[in-house]
Amino acid sequence: MTVTDSGQRRTPKAAKTNSVFKKVVMAVSGIVMLLYLVAHVVGNLKVFAGRESFNSYSEWIRTVGEPAVPSYTVLTVVRIVLIVAVVAHFWAAVSLWRQAKRARPDRYVTKKAVAQSYASRTMRWGGVIVLLFIVWHILDLTTGTVNPDGDASPYDRLVASFSNPFSTAFYVLALILLGMHLRHGIWSATQTLGQSNKRRERTVNAFAIAFSTVLIAGFLLVPFSVLFGLVD
Amino acid sequence: MTITQDGSRSTAGAASERRGMNLTLRIWRQKDPTVKGKMVTYKVSDVSPDMSFLEMLDVLNERLILDGDDPVAFDHDCREGICGMCGVMINGMAHGPQQTTTCQLHMRKFKDGDTIDVEPWRASAFPVIKDLAVDRSALDRIIQSGGYISVPTGTAPDAHAVPVPKKDSDAAFDAATCIGCGACVAACPNASSMLFTAAKVTHLGLMPQGQPERNDRVVNMVAQQDREGFGGCTNIGECSAACPKGISMENISRLNHDLLGALRAGARPKS
Amino acid sequence: MPLDLFTEGDPIADTKAPTDVPIGERWSTRRFRARLVNPANRRKLTVIVVGTGLAGGSAAATLGEAGYKVKSFWYQDSPRRAHSVAAQGGINAAKNYRNDGDSVHRLFYDTVKGGDFRSREDNVHRLAEVSVNIIDQCVAQGVPFAREYGGLLDNRSFGGAQVSRTFYARGQTGQQLLYGAYQALERQIAAGTVEQHARTEMLDLIVVDGRARGIVARDLVTGEVSTHFADAVVLATGGYGNVFYLSTNAKGSNATAIWRAHKKGALFANPCYTQIHPTCIPVKGDYQSKLTLMSESLRNDGRVWVPKERGDDRDPREIPEDDRDYYLERIYPAFGNLVPRDIASRQAKNVCDEGRGVGPGGLGVYLDFGEAMQRLGRKAIEAKYGNLFDMYAQITGEDPYETPMRIYPAVHYTMGGLWVDYDLQSTIPGMFVIGEANFSDHGANRLGASALMQGLADGYFVLPNTINDYLADGPFEKVGESHPAAAEAMQGVQSQVQKLLSVNGTRSVASFHRELGKLMWDMCGMERSEESLRKALDRIPEIRQEFWTNVKVSGDWHSFNQTLEHAGRVADFIELAELMCIDALHRNESCGGHFRAESQTPEGEALRDDENYAYVAAWEWTPEGAPPVLHKENLEYEYVHLAQRSYK
Ligand SMILES: Cc1cc2nc3c(=O)[nH]c(=O)nc-3n(C[C@H](O)[C@H](O)[C@H](O)COP(=O)(O)OP(=O)(O)OC[C@H]3O[C@@H](n4cnc5c(N)ncnc54)[C@H](O)[C@@H]3O)c2cc1C
Ligand code: HEM
Ligand code: HEM
Ligand code: SF4
Ligand code: F3S
Ligand code: FES
Repeated sequence: MTVTDSGQRRTPKAAKTNSVFKKVVMAVSGIVMLLYLVAHVVGNLKVFAGRESFNSYSEWIRTVGEPAVPSYTVLTVVRIVLIVAVVAHFWAAVSLWRQAKRARPDRYVTKKAVAQSYASRTMRWGGVIVLLFIVWHILDLTTGTVNPDGDASPYDRLVASFSNPFSTAFYVLALILLGMHLRHGIWSATQTLGQSNKRRERTVNAFAIAFSTVLIAGFLLVPFSVLFGLVD
Repeated sequence: MTITQDGSRSTAGAASERRGMNLTLRIWRQKDPTVKGKMVTYKVSDVSPDMSFLEMLDVLNERLILDGDDPVAFDHDCREGICGMCGVMINGMAHGPQQTTTCQLHMRKFKDGDTIDVEPWRASAFPVIKDLAVDRSALDRIIQSGGYISVPTGTAPDAHAVPVPKKDSDAAFDAATCIGCGACVAACPNASSMLFTAAKVTHLGLMPQGQPERNDRVVNMVAQQDREGFGGCTNIGECSAACPKGISMENISRLNHDLLGALRAGARPKS
Repeated sequence: MPLDLFTEGDPIADTKAPTDVPIGERWSTRRFRARLVNPANRRKLTVIVVGTGLAGGSAAATLGEAGYKVKSFWYQDSPRRAHSVAAQGGINAAKNYRNDGDSVHRLFYDTVKGGDFRSREDNVHRLAEVSVNIIDQCVAQGVPFAREYGGLLDNRSFGGAQVSRTFYARGQTGQQLLYGAYQALERQIAAGTVEQHARTEMLDLIVVDGRARGIVARDLVTGEVSTHFADAVVLATGGYGNVFYLSTNAKGSNATAIWRAHKKGALFANPCYTQIHPTCIPVKGDYQSKLTLMSESLRNDGRVWVPKERGDDRDPREIPEDDRDYYLERIYPAFGNLVPRDIASRQAKNVCDEGRGVGPGGLGVYLDFGEAMQRLGRKAIEAKYGNLFDMYAQITGEDPYETPMRIYPAVHYTMGGLWVDYDLQSTIPGMFVIGEANFSDHGANRLGASALMQGLADGYFVLPNTINDYLADGPFEKVGESHPAAAEAMQGVQSQVQKLLSVNGTRSVASFHRELGKLMWDMCGMERSEESLRKALDRIPEIRQEFWTNVKVSGDWHSFNQTLEHAGRVADFIELAELMCIDALHRNESCGGHFRAESQTPEGEALRDDENYAYVAAWEWTPEGAPPVLHKENLEYEYVHLAQRSYK
């Protein structure tokens, strides 16, 4: 006989919410967020063009498309897409996390990691920290709620935030975690979308490492420049 | 080899000449699925490096029996690495420190004085039967949900009717070597059976004979593994590193690819 | 032959093969004459199939597809683990894809000759006919056989055959064939035509009014003993090589199902025919639990030798050519290292008996790739034998690329088994026996790559056609647990289990098994003599006596108790061992795997005695104390003429 006889098994779930579907949601939403970050890092580099340029850039993202569409239209669309992506990504991550917990309620007394990288191991908590970072980041630089220089121009808020070493440290930590998240995430997404194979594995991994390093380096340029007084 | 259980004294140990190793085993003991288990320590001495891991447990068990204790239950059958029946966690690694089956792991991989932790596969889809033996019938039910080609006996065309490119046949073979041991599940931090399922999906999906049922197969097998209570795969790769047959992660990508294609083509799992 | 060991009963004969037509038409004629069961009635008929190896797995799946209600039993956790999974070399089929002169007739001829003229012509011919369908079926199931670049199936020559008729899947042919059958079986389980009983061991047969009607089985997880009923019972429980304790069989392989059926009235044929495989990894220590086979293909390039001088314990690499004895090449210049299994095995034993064996205990000979490495290069050897070399290194801790491998023969296969007729029905009506568990197709020696062929032939094609003829009389009167025959069988099993637990002696089950195995290997192994067999026959009853008074089985019976499982199996092995020795002693000739020291040619080759022993020895069980009864089935050779095997 078998211990798990059919009577004890759970009833089938709805067709599409299988684990692979959730992974696809995660991969697609992750890629959407990734594209946003590419645009974002490019925008951030405007800091080096000076206060005016940066502030007008900030202005531009709010008014782009005018007069064809009212101001904030494009930004709102972007925000909606991002919120949907974050929520979907988060939902999929949490539900897979819970599935994994249910799948192994009793932990091993001794368990060794043989193959998993630090990046793959920190996906979940790393992701959560990144999420918290995003919330804080928006309160800091978009709404100014937690910014020491809340009402100032975007440029000054930014400088104010990064002049604080604690704030900068948090940014740096979050960015490094994000970098690892993306390093594993890009490889993982190719795998999830069924695009990986033995031949491509090396290329995909090399790309994931290069891409996330460049991206994070691009982001880090700003806080470090402020910290070291290159931008003020 | 001699053994002592905590508290009781070694019978022959000290006197006999010591050629072999002295080891401390911490083994998971659990009477049946309904009770809680715990790690129990046994000291074994004079273990020959040429013994297989299971032979070492045999000797321990023979002593336990003669001492009137309950021997450690563990699954095994062929003892040559092909049936997939054996499998325990050894020092936190599925099938132990070498990429092979537990029955093919030899004691020469350990050093005198080592402490070795031995635990059963842990996954809610693999309930513990007793001690180190678990119920892996969930894997069979995944196969039942579609891991076959529907060809009733006697209906086959001549074997040469459909040539199969050697490349495909070889790749299918690589996947088909999965022995269903469950080490992938045991090693996966998510307790996912993805590598096992992917191996079968790949094996059959690469053969021309497997094409007609390809979409339904993948959709149903994935639905079944979720239903069994396995975790979802997040591409961590512990499975493949633990797999005694070296089934590669490529198979998982292939499964995902097939699944997306199947869903797009409108295939839905039967409930 | 002294009458104290056995008595002789009436001869038996197969009555099912239609001998009124030429041999090539007998199988189709039998299928035509056998009665059919209408599809609507099949649902009302239940068949129990015990075993899920190539034979049982394929039979259960096929019967399920046909619409019968099937109940399938096996002792492992999954049907995919039946020991067929371990077969390495390949499977024969008379496809003649190589256009090298193969045909059904040639396969038939080779098999009868290879079996040293102790098999039944009709069965063997059918096997050869059906062999071609097996390959078709397996390919359609997705079995990834080795292929050539053109996409067609590859073949190799195996076990000394002169044609290339062996289909293979790297060194894992059995595994891949079994997975095909397993998948077909799982499909039927999903479809609801096959009811599964994993981890359930058959412990007795239920016979009602002379017909096999069910089994008593123990659920190995809960320990519960229960009865299961059907209109027919099929045994596909594999071979009994584990009588010898050390063998290439799986640890759980057992004789329990067939032995207990034998005790219920099924005749046991040729129990002494065992096959010893020459290329196994030698025994290393007394804790050893199992022997591992390495494919015979190694003998294609490896050269077998021992030192010329006894006691020469130099490192093999330091022994010069002149001091080496390549004994197979010396004795059999034509075949050299490629002589058949039984011959290679016996010669290895001979040189070890002379004291020239190598390795621990002097039980081993060298299999040397030194010359092949020079000729072909290490790369080529790696490509051809890499996985076998790795396996050797894994088990022995020695590097076979550096130093010659050591090999020694080991018990591998049992040609004997329950007696069946052409329909594969035993002497108990309604009980069919297929695969290695029956005696039918291999005579006194099985050719390489023929067991897989037989298992699948029986399970996919033969049994599903012949069982109809029996079931056409069904459904039989309903029987249940309360039927006296069932209750009695159940009672017998329970009391045996309880008895095993209550002895509470001082010796472990394994120690009895080891002792029995060693005795059988020494006295009834590669070479048997009247003297050795008599010694064994003196000792076995003592072992049995001691077992039942001094064995220690811990735990209880209503739980997962692996020691108890083992104890039951060993109890049966002890009884079977005795019958094997009696059979070996009574057959005062050498044939195939059965080598009697008294019966050899001046050159030391096996000498058959067709005058007196061209028969199947089918043994009948008699209650405790009384000697078994021998029934002879006369063997006649209409199509292949009796001839002495010669490999000189
Ligand atoms: C190492 C090795 C290599 C081999 N290589 C080759 C080869 O290359 N070519 C070839 O042709 N042959 C080969 N053989 C022989 C061949 O593999 C076997 O003869 C054949 O597979 C036997 O198949 P089977 O179905 O009869 O039995 P098995 O596959 O042994 O199956 C027995 C089944 O019966 C079940 N069972 C047993 N006892 C009980 C019980 N009491 N209650 C319930 N269930 C029970 C088991 O669970 C199992 O499912 C090899 C054998 C070995 C050991
Ligand atoms: C150090 C690096 C970063 C800098 C300097 C930076 C800077 C900024 C600034 C100045 C704004 C406000 C723009 C405005 O309101 O005009 C902003 C908004 C935002 N940033 Fe960043 N950012 C950084 C990293 C990140 C990262 C790593 C993420 C995501 C993981 C992120 C996500 C966002 C989001 C979601 C918004 C809000 C956009 C909106 O208005 O809807 N940023 N960032
Ligand atoms: C906002 C920036 C984020 C980006 C760009 C991003 C991107 C990605 C990508 C591309 C993947 C791979 C998808 C796959 O496996 O197929 C991924 C996986 C994942 N993400 Fe994110 N993610 C982000 C934020 C988050 C957040 C906020 C969480 C918090 C819960 C999170 C949790 C995860 C998890 C758990 C995985 C799967 C882990 C794995 O594959 O091992 N991510 N992410
Ligand atoms: S994929 Fe590997 S680890 Fe998993 S069951 Fe198959 S053989 Fe075992
Ligand atoms: S370890 Fe687990 S997460 Fe996937 S890649 Fe392997 S199944
Ligand atoms: S016992 Fe068969 S694989 Fe280990």
